[in-house]
Amino acid sequence: MSPRPGYVLEVDRSTPPVLFWNGEGYLLEKLPPERSRIIYPPDPLHPLEDPIAKIRHALDHPMGDSQPLKTLLRSDMRLTIAFDDVSLPLPAMQAPDARQLVIEQLLELAAEAGVEDVILLAALSLHRRMTEMELRHALGNRVYNAFEPHGLLLQHDAEDPDGLILLGTTDHGEEVEINRRAATSDLLVYVNINLVPMDGGHKSVATGLASYRSVRHHHNAHTMTHSRSFMDMDHSELHSANWRMGRLIRESGVKVFQIETTLNTNAFPSQFSFLQRREWEWTPRDRAGFFASSKALTLMGDRARRALFHSIKAPMQLTSVQAGEVEAVHESTLTHVYRQQLVHVDGQTDILTMGLPYISPYNVNSIMNPILVACLGLGYLFNMYRGKPLVREGGVVIMRHPTPLAFNTAHHPSYIDFFEEVLADTTDPGQISKYEEAYANDPWYIQLYRTGHAYHGVHPFYMWYWCAHALEHLSSVIVIGGDRRAVKRLGFRPASTLDDALEMAEDSVGSQPTITHIRVPPLMMAEVS
Amino acid sequence: MSREFPFAKPVWPVQVPAPLPARSAGIYYDTSWSRSKLANCTRSAFVDNVLRPAIHLIARPSIEGVEALNLLEPPAIFVANHSSHLDTPLMLSVLPKRFREKVAVAAAADYFFDRTWKAHLFSLALAAIPVERKRPDRTSARLAVSLIEDGWNLVIFPEGGRSPDGWMQEIRGGAAYMAEHTGRPLVPVHVDGTYAIMPKGGTKLRPGSTRVTFGRPISHTAGENAHRIGKQIYDEFARLADESSSDWWTATKRAAAGTSPSPRGPEAAAWLRAWNLPSGSGDGASSRLARRRSSFEP
Repeated sequence: MSPRPGYVLEVDRSTPPVLFWNGEGYLLEKLPPERSRIIYPPDPLHPLEDPIAKIRHALDHPMGDSQPLKTLLRSDMRLTIAFDDVSLPLPAMQAPDARQLVIEQLLELAAEAGVEDVILLAALSLHRRMTEMELRHALGNRVYNAFEPHGLLLQHDAEDPDGLILLGTTDHGEEVEINRRAATSDLLVYVNINLVPMDGGHKSVATGLASYRSVRHHHNAHTMTHSRSFMDMDHSELHSANWRMGRLIRESGVKVFQIETTLNTNAFPSQFSFLQRREWEWTPRDRAGFFASSKALTLMGDRARRALFHSIKAPMQLTSVQAGEVEAVHESTLTHVYRQQLVHVDGQTDILTMGLPYISPYNVNSIMNPILVACLGLGYLFNMYRGKPLVREGGVVIMRHPTPLAFNTAHHPSYIDFFEEVLADTTDPGQISKYEEAYANDPWYIQLYRTGHAYHGVHPFYMWYWCAHALEHLSSVIVIGGDRRAVKRLGFRPASTLDDALEMAEDSVGSQPTITHIRVPPLMMAEVS
Repeated sequence: MSREFPFAKPVWPVQVPAPLPARSAGIYYDTSWSRSKLANCTRSAFVDNVLRPAIHLIARPSIEGVEALNLLEPPAIFVANHSSHLDTPLMLSVLPKRFREKVAVAAAADYFFDRTWKAHLFSLALAAIPVERKRPDRTSARLAVSLIEDGWNLVIFPEGGRSPDGWMQEIRGGAAYMAEHTGRPLVPVHVDGTYAIMPKGGTKLRPGSTRVTFGRPISHTAGENAHRIGKQIYDEFARLADESSSDWWTATKRAAAGTSPSPRGPEAAAWLRAWNLPSGSGDGASSRLARRRSSFEP
């Protein structure tokens, strides 16, 4: 029996309260009956029965015009295996990680072929460097111990002038500058985890291994307002730019063998399984688990709570593996992602509500600062649609998150200045770009990015650009339970309760508005008709 | 402590098809075993040798209009008003044998099937099938439809529960739904007097006499509008209730003129409703009948 598809529940008076995430916590909220609906994601797909065999099969039977990997390997070649960084998957999956499974098979084939020159390369783009623990988790101890001590496990450095190479310029004037080692290898194998439809394809190399000089061409307000959404490749300027760049990379002679994996949405271990179960199906154990855990969380300090949540490893499992030529692989991958995440929804809504969880791609083992709160809600969740946004133009988004006025100084140093300087001046994504160069080229931020664990200086700008489409589309954004100063600095409206927020929203959308709540995580994507 | 979710069990949304989990009680209780030949024989022996004598002793039923059933081929849907726990055994006792030998009774899932032992007992003794009455649910209606299509007669109390004061309550749509989906005739049956013997909430039996009046079978074609069928049921109940407290001819004339007294009683204070109950439904004081007529006849 195939897993249940997603479900749109019309709320009536008997509908139990729905779970709202609230950062490092959660609570139940009652939505107004007769005009609210709740979108539940599909149940997790069945995993591959024998993932190792499936990976081997994918490597031996590649898609598109690619040759089987075995035939591409020879002893005197330069082989680079690039892989997605710590931003994927979310939450981190229980060991073995998908990257470990694939890379171990790759290395066994490389060993059989006698390949000596192999480099493992974390495709960070402008993200922070991964820690040893994170690398060990992604690759497994066996791989880490074999490569890292010998300097064969590298992390992409988008600011290393010697480590980059300019391959050319697209017909749209976009400079394509990527990692030199990857570009000059005889074969570049990219190992991807495709958590959302935005991931993968040409974006893996064209963004993951690119420099700021290259990334800036598509990570900007113009591109993001013309990506509707950036989760829908066919209507995404972000993807168009990456595809142009990817094709230029291929035409430059860089041979890319793409391996993409998809995971099911088993986001929480059994003790938290109620978090992804529909409320009316909660068993007495689920209810007890919810009650006990939510009470315990209120008694814990911020650090302990954060440590607890970030220690959660998701029991996600592989649902597909594709290998070969980039575009053919990605087309197949998307069908698997949509099979897992797509929910058909009739029509738009006046108000979209969402409870934001503790994690986003950019705060793994870190604090979800106010800018990341905005990005998660308006960048990611708002854009998880195909067709039309869930909320109508001029509608309102209500997010629930504590939005603490707190930053991880090691991970997000430029975010602090961005918050205090840029957002104090303007919250218009089109206007903030005047500050971008200064942040991107700041030597201190570059130093922290290259040698510490800091995101690139320009990264908070990208987070704000991610929100551009939503900010243009919406009339108002309300944050429930957030730090008032932080929320106001973001240009949003703070509210204390859901009832208050709904009342405030009526200023923009009129009385008796329709409400849609997206019950995520686990992730889902709405196909709005 | 609040008894709302999550402290209490969540309500299953009406629009979400309920699964059929392996549960030993409630709406999902599997009653198929109680319709096996062995169980049916056991039940027949019980009804004929224990239940009927006991009912005739306690309720002394007089039966009217049963001859109309001679023209009817089973299966049929018997629709009765409900004011006492005695109604079900009384119905099983007064049905002609060719209907009685293969009859199931729709019973409240939350009352008769809430414990496994109760579910076993009532399935075996009364061929009861669980019916959801607290929220709209077609699961039990579908089961009933399949039984009727399988040749089983069905006794159903369309008010969804016993009357709190002896007067009829609003008729729900389940019976009409079944008739609509099976095309089988509905037989309204008016039961009078059981409320006086054992009212809702009563703990003692006060033996007395009862009157069971079989109405005209309501025939229709499968797919006929359920709302219209429901209206026919109500009108026939009004006529039967009137007949129960007057006579057939008077009741028939009033029904034809559309002036039958409402079987749901007057909209008045509780004591007035009790005061105006038909003779058999209260304490048997015959003067009530006259009072009721004088007060509420149009």
